[in-house]
Amino acid sequence: MIRLIDVKKVYDNGTEALKGISFTIEDGDFVFLVGPSGSGKSTIIKLLTGEIVPTAGRVMVNGFSMGRISDKQIPYMRRTIGVIFQDFRLITNKTVWENLSLAMRAVGAGPREIKNRIPYVLELVGLKGKEGSFPDQLSGGEQQRVAIARALVNNPSTIVADEPTGNLDPARSLEIMTLLERINALGTTVVVVTHEKGLVNHFDKRVITINDGMVAGDGMGQYEVVK
Amino acid sequence: MKGNFGYFFREGSRNMFSHGFMSFAAIGITVACLLIMGTFSLVAYNADYNLKNLQKENAILAFIDETLSDEDAQALQSKVEAVPNVADATFVSRQEARDSYVAQYDEDDLYQDLDPSIFRHRFVIHLRDEGQLSETVEALRQVDGIAKVRADEAISAGFITARNVAGVISVTLIVILLIVSVFIISNTIKLTTFDRRDEIAIMKMVGATNGFIRWPFVFEGLLIGVFGAVIGFGLQWLLYNAIANGIAGSDTLQLLRVVSFAKIWWPVAGVFLLAGVLVGVGGSLMAIRKFLQV
Ligand SMILES: Nc1ncnc2c1ncn2[C@@H]1O[C@H](COP(=O)(O)OP(=O)(O)OP(=O)(O)O)[C@@H](O)[C@H]1O
Ligand SMILES: [Mg+2]
Repeated sequence: MIRLIDVKKVYDNGTEALKGISFTIEDGDFVFLVGPSGSGKSTIIKLLTGEIVPTAGRVMVNGFSMGRISDKQIPYMRRTIGVIFQDFRLITNKTVWENLSLAMRAVGAGPREIKNRIPYVLELVGLKGKEGSFPDQLSGGEQQRVAIARALVNNPSTIVADEPTGNLDPARSLEIMTLLERINALGTTVVVVTHEKGLVNHFDKRVITINDGMVAGDGMGQYEVVK
Repeated sequence: MKGNFGYFFREGSRNMFSHGFMSFAAIGITVACLLIMGTFSLVAYNADYNLKNLQKENAILAFIDETLSDEDAQALQSKVEAVPNVADATFVSRQEARDSYVAQYDEDDLYQDLDPSIFRHRFVIHLRDEGQLSETVEALRQVDGIAKVRADEAISAGFITARNVAGVISVTLIVILLIVSVFIISNTIKLTTFDRRDEIAIMKMVGATNGFIRWPFVFEGLLIGVFGAVIGFGLQWLLYNAIANGIAGSDTLQLLRVVSFAKIWWPVAGVFLLAGVLVGVGGSLMAIRKFLQV
């Protein structure tokens, strides 16, 4: 479960990125986080991953309280969420297989576990047979699938994606979003930040709209146009 | 840690070989530092060893005034022993002195008829501290009934100087060179961490602990240090034997005794290995201290 209670974030340079955000995302939910550029969407994602800490308020992620979490606890909190970025962030000199095994290795998985898990995840994201490819031998959509596979490979309870389709054409974007929907159907909580109105409207999901550091809307279905 | 040992080791060596040139340079510097440090320490050790031998063998001879009677001569014993820094004094009569002199040249008949009267009664004196040799010699000269004192002052002083200078230099060098090695290794590893910053970021993102991220770099430093120690030890061995052979083959330096490397290789190897490990691990810890804070 993810819960934000009256969260404020002021960056070191004085920018007030969040001005009191509250919402709850239950386990198994699929949520779109939308809003204009600079409204604070990425800031929310960074709070969820522990990259930054809230200036005020509470951020709860899968049982961890982010304001109070100790440095020692942060790795264990991060194992409960898989993160996906617009720019994929794959290791370019490693193959698909190596990119995934690095992520598994990093949390202490053994060789046998890795050998069993990677084919399953690659099959799930539709990249069977690509384990030996390097990222630059793959299309943008395929690269994002590798990133999704990496986010999934350690079986987190939550996936957060910050504009995962920002670099993809509309057809690829729809495929990626459909994949995330499927992953959600398998039981994983999914939080997706996006700009793309058409995409949001295509799925009948909960939409949390952020504007100027505040929640401007929270409801099922349509991308609300912020005035 | 246990189950991951192989992984950390593989990653560590991969890191090392991925920066072949820098690692080579870091190993080279470590070797050079160990070699310089080792050479000076061994010089100090040998100087000390020669000094000890000198103290054992080259006792001071205090010749007794010929005008004294045998009894008076022997009676000087307590006075000689009372001189500060005298460890022991043994009376040797002129007859005994003659006999041992002749015994030294026993193949040579020439000395067989030596008259004891050309020898003098003497005390064979050992010192507590060879460093105060000249003061003690002076004090012995002041003793009534002692006619002449003979000591190999120059040689002794030479060894003392060599030991002290090499000792001071080796301690200073140890400190400076260890710092240099740590610094170079640290920079090599910083380069690897920089190279692998994307990987580190991913590992952190998926929840790797700092310890897990740290180990491969510690192993990298360890490997550099151990390689440096092993190569340094081999070269030290060659260098030492070359110098020892040079000294043995030289006419003027033959009186120097060089401890055979076979007798001291074990502690030398231990110190090299320990220094290599400390420098390597120290360097890697220094390199990764900062980047793990995020
Ligand atoms: N590290 C930072 N330091 C200072 N200000 C920042 C920092 N990161 C973001 N901001 C500011 O905080 C505000 C919110 O930024 P954020 O990145 O959360 O927006 P966003 O909703 O993700 O925008 P976009 O849709 O363009 O990605 C912006 O005004 C931005 O300039
Ligand atoms: Mg953003």
